[in-house]
Amino acid sequence: MNRYAKDFPILGQQVNGNPLVYLDSSATSQKPFQVIEAVETYYKQYNSNVHRGVHTLGSRATDAYEGAREKVRRLINAESTQEIVYTRGTTTALNIVASSYACPRLGEGDEILISPSEHHSNLIPWQQVAKKTGAALKYFTLEPDGTLDLEKAKQAINERTRLVAIAQVSNVLGTIFPVKELAKAVHDRGGVIVVDGAQSVPHMKVDVRELDCDFLAFSGHKMAGPTGIGVLYGKKELLEAMEPVEFGGEMIDHVDLYESTWKELPWKFEGGTPLIAGAVGLGAAVDYLEQVGMDTVAEHDRKLAAYAVKRMEEVEGLNIYGPREDRMGIVTFNIEGVHPHDVATVLDAEGIAVRAGHHCCQPLMRWMEVAATARASFYLYNDEADIDRLVQGLQKTKEYFGNVLR
Amino acid sequence: MSLDDLYRRVIMDHYQQPRNRGKMEDGAVTVDLNNPTCGDRISVQMRIKDDTIEEAKFLGEGCSISLASASMMTEAVKGLSVDQALHLVDLFSRMMQGEEVDTDEFPLEDIEALQGVANFPARIKCATLAWKALEKGAGESGERLDSP
Ligand SMILES: Cc1ncc(COP(=O)(O)O)c(C=O)c1O
Repeated sequence: MNRYAKDFPILGQQVNGNPLVYLDSSATSQKPFQVIEAVETYYKQYNSNVHRGVHTLGSRATDAYEGAREKVRRLINAESTQEIVYTRGTTTALNIVASSYACPRLGEGDEILISPSEHHSNLIPWQQVAKKTGAALKYFTLEPDGTLDLEKAKQAINERTRLVAIAQVSNVLGTIFPVKELAKAVHDRGGVIVVDGAQSVPHMKVDVRELDCDFLAFSGHKMAGPTGIGVLYGKKELLEAMEPVEFGGEMIDHVDLYESTWKELPWKFEGGTPLIAGAVGLGAAVDYLEQVGMDTVAEHDRKLAAYAVKRMEEVEGLNIYGPREDRMGIVTFNIEGVHPHDVATVLDAEGIAVRAGHHCCQPLMRWMEVAATARASFYLYNDEADIDRLVQGLQKTKEYFGNVLR
Repeated sequence: MSLDDLYRRVIMDHYQQPRNRGKMEDGAVTVDLNNPTCGDRISVQMRIKDDTIEEAKFLGEGCSISLASASMMTEAVKGLSVDQALHLVDLFSRMMQGEEVDTDEFPLEDIEALQGVANFPARIKCATLAWKALEKGAGESGERLDSP
């Protein structure tokens, strides 16, 4: 176990008689006790609704809820907490941009440009926008190794391109996409860029001002925080011009019988009692990650990715998808002749948790010409010994199926 | 719960040499199903005449468990009435939920080998996919026969 693993109580257990090796962090990460305790303390000591009561608990809850927003602002270097909207997660954040930013502004003759490698959450909302507005949905062309050729990508962006939506890190290929350069190219043509940060914000330093992205979406549960909380970052002038998506309590300024006005940013997007415990937990997760240091987290991730690719390539009959170099800690693969489900089941019997399936990327699976794949993904609590266990497990999988398939 | 309980030799035999894999020309009920969580896909075809399933075939992409189960299912239902087939679906799904069922009721002995899947909750959906397709196809044909 590495030094961080000790902070994650779930990792100390046995699964199917073997010490757990958790390699599914891109689906959801584990939580350190600092986060678990922050949530517990909230419920035990100051559970209360926010922005309402004048009582002491209410003020404590509001301070914690808004304090976490400031932590998130600092993490991604946004200019103001007005640009940090709490959502249920990446999916909800992207849907807000689609319905509230894109739908009212796009129409026939406009183009939306995305990558075939997008997660369904950053693909279906744009299909819907295209259907509703008459805008055309276009795709970047990926290189055979799952990267983007920047020159070709820039050429795909034209004066009709109103919106580019792309993940900074692919949840299947581990590719790091050049969002800063894409942002510049889109801005030169007068469009906006929406960045899906679900796999990048948890694993590397993401600075929205340096990237100059217009929107950024990410999920707390993939960055050591609780499920059910995420963030939509948007440039203030864009969020200000957008209509709320949900109407009700908390988000209003003045309500009349026939007309109402909204609170200022970011609260106009946070109708109803929010996920207070989630925000508190997210704040604790940000503290935790910043204490480790995002650069340390990223370095660790890249090192593990390089080690994993090197070790896994030693396994005969194993194919790795995505770039060989310059990738984050997500390694998607198949073993010839063994279905990924069967791979995952054999690994699970060894206490090794990987994911098998299409990883919410059906169009990408078709591009890769596979029905499904297996995926191992890493986080700061993993180390090289975990990858050694994985490689042993893969050898065992091959042996096992070599025997039963005779 | 050992892997050998899951990957029994009969299962692997059906996986490697699937029975009734293919497509029928016409006059068959076709049901396409997929397992949206993992991308497995199956297409089951049945020719039903006078309330009897004369023939069943399947095509699909999937893991050993889902393809072996489809192979066994298509063998087992041949010659059964629609009601008998639906009863079989019920029996199979109860077995997958870990219930004790009378495995002698299966017209094909091999099916009993899938019993071990019940101990692998993540794989139950793989095993039941073809049977869901059978249920849907047989159910639809039943409705058609009932309607005037
Ligand atoms: C790249 C990417 N985008 C979007 C999502 C969706 O995130 P969530 O399910 O937390 O909304 C995920 C994770 O599943 C992801 O990996």
